[in-house]
Amino acid sequence: MAQIFPKSANALAQASIIAAGILAVTAGGALYYLQRSPYVTRQHETREQPIPFSHQHHVGGMGVDCRYCHTAVEKSASAGIPPTKTCMNCHSQIWNDSPTLEPVRQSFRDGKSIVWTKVNDLPDFAYFNHSAHVNKGMGCSTCHGRVDLQPLAWQEHSLQMEWCLECHRNPEKFVRPQDQVFNAAYVTPANQIELGKELVKKYGLKPRTSCSTCHR
Amino acid sequence: MSARSRSLALALVAVVAAGAGCRQDMHDQPRIKAQAASDFWRDHRGARPLVEGTIARGHLREDEYLHTGREMGQFVNAFPFPIDRARMERGRERYNIHCAPCHGATGAGNGMVVQRGYRAAGNFHQDRLRNERLGYFYDVIANGFGAMPAYAEIAVEDRWAIVAYIRALQLSQHARLEDVPASRRAEADKALSGAAPAAAAAH
Ligand code: HEC
Ligand code: HEC
Ligand code: HEC
Ligand code: HEC
Ligand code: HEC
Ligand code: HEC
Repeated sequence: MAQIFPKSANALAQASIIAAGILAVTAGGALYYLQRSPYVTRQHETREQPIPFSHQHHVGGMGVDCRYCHTAVEKSASAGIPPTKTCMNCHSQIWNDSPTLEPVRQSFRDGKSIVWTKVNDLPDFAYFNHSAHVNKGMGCSTCHGRVDLQPLAWQEHSLQMEWCLECHRNPEKFVRPQDQVFNAAYVTPANQIELGKELVKKYGLKPRTSCSTCHR
Repeated sequence: MSARSRSLALALVAVVAAGAGCRQDMHDQPRIKAQAASDFWRDHRGARPLVEGTIARGHLREDEYLHTGREMGQFVNAFPFPIDRARMERGRERYNIHCAPCHGATGAGNGMVVQRGYRAAGNFHQDRLRNERLGYFYDVIANGFGAMPAYAEIAVEDRWAIVAYIRALQLSQHARLEDVPASRRAEADKALSGAAPAAAAAH
């Protein structure tokens, strides 16, 4: 009976095993990086907003404190997006005929909410709480970057589980003095680990890595 | 196809479909997160406004002194609770968040927003306001005044803490050397002699 496979098929079979191995590793590696890439996490990507609100103008330029607008951030899980009235505190008088701000005035007149597009958006099966962080020496800019330099808000970090855990395992790498939490331009000092260890003790921080911390 | 393999194929399809469906269901669960929109209501607001007249348990504002800064309709001139160091620090912090953008860090009425074209905010160091009763300041925060919007989002205790800090600012602008306790006079003398040129330039 004639051979179906010529002798060279042996070499081919061996080569294809190696090729399959390489392919699997590359594909795995590609998926590993793709899954963490800004393309998937939408890091540093601005969203279309009804009004081009600029933190750079309001925070960087005028030095308005985060809590003037995000009033709930110290007390509740959600930081909260300010209501129209907060904008009108100033814009009833400043730039009060600017067409850019017409949606704000419209909303103030007819009582309909401004529909902002959410930028940092965790999946609903993960639980996050602002008050648990900002009252324990975790600065806004650690998680949201230099907001005072953002003309439109973007998401600074991946917000993936490994990112949360990186800090939950080693809070001393990130903790800062409580009176610096709202300082958007805070610079990490050279002796961070030393200072961090002190603050971790002072604020009584514990590594929080059990699943039910964030999946509840 | 045998019945057995058909049910196996069906089960496989079900597993794949469930696997694909699962992901988004868990990401976007039907519950409403803070401030999220909802199509259930005509105005699409997930966060519902309170029915008019609703009062949460323990939140009835029956203490006229604490909640309006008045007693029998007249502005009061004392605090509803003692002001200690912690309250004063709290007042400073809240003042810098909510008032300094317009009134400036010292209360002179020339904050950043005024510099960008807002109506000049009240100068706390004019005689009329220096002699004004404390309840009046509370009332301006709660209800606004002229071109100034109300700041009802500030908690009642914090409003009083801010009032205390404004009083401290007013006193600080008219402080005399005699006001410094004798035990720390030397410190003050030293600071003044060193800082005199800078202080003069700031005025
Ligand atoms: C003058 C009001 C104002 C101030 C002050 C302000 N913000 Fe905001 N912030 C907004 C508004 C309005 C939005 C929603 C529009 C947007 O996403 O850009 C927002 C959005 C954000 C977002 C993105 C929210 C999302 O959808 O994920 C972050 C993060 C944020 N602010 C952080 C800060 C920080 C940190 C500070 C202080 C350094 C600050 N903000 C100060 C008004 C303000
Ligand atoms: C430990 C990291 C962390 C810190 C610190 C932090 N944030 Fe956030 N922030 C997040 C995450 C994560 C989300 C997305 C939450 C979600 O989608 O449920 C978010 C969302 C927001 C939003 C959108 C509204 C909301 O609550 O979902 C605003 C506004 C905001 N943050 C402002 C702030 C401000 C202001 C500070 C500092 C006072 C701050 N954040 C500190 C991680 C952080
Ligand atoms: C504390 C006062 C203050 C508050 C509160 C405030 N703004 Fe502003 N805003 C200003 C000032 C002052 C300017 C002018 C900026 C400049 O001169 O650099 C400005 C400028 C703007 C501009 C640019 C206008 C143009 O025509 O280019 C937009 C858009 C804007 N604000 C949106 C908002 C929105 C939306 C809110 C509410 C979340 C808000 N602002 C709250 C003070 C404020
Ligand atoms: C920069 C550091 C940092 C990052 C990033 C961070 N956390 Fe935290 N988290 C902390 C610290 C510190 C605490 C307080 C620990 C303590 O009180 O002992 C905390 C507490 C919490 C708590 C409250 C635990 C409790 O029961 O009181 C939750 C929930 C939480 N984090 C969720 C998250 C999630 C979800 C993420 C990612 C989206 C995240 N955190 C990212 C530092 C961080
Ligand atoms: C510090 C907070 C935190 C802790 C602790 C935590 N997770 Fe998560 N987890 C998250 C966040 C945030 C996400 C969403 C990540 C994303 O959007 O990609 C997530 C996602 C997941 C997912 C879904 C992954 C996906 O791609 O859909 C699984 C499964 C999971 N976590 C399991 C666990 C298990 C098991 C533990 C305990 C060993 C755990 N988590 C502990 C924050 C946490
Ligand atoms: C958006 C700018 C703005 C902010 C923020 C603001 N004010 Fe004012 N305030 C004004 C203006 C403008 C006036 C002058 C009003 C007028 O003459 O019509 C004023 C006047 C006053 C007066 C003087 C009333 C009088 O009899 O002359 C007091 C007291 C006062 N503000 C207290 C406060 C306190 C306390 C805060 C912080 C909780 C605050 N303001 C925040 C703009 C502001």
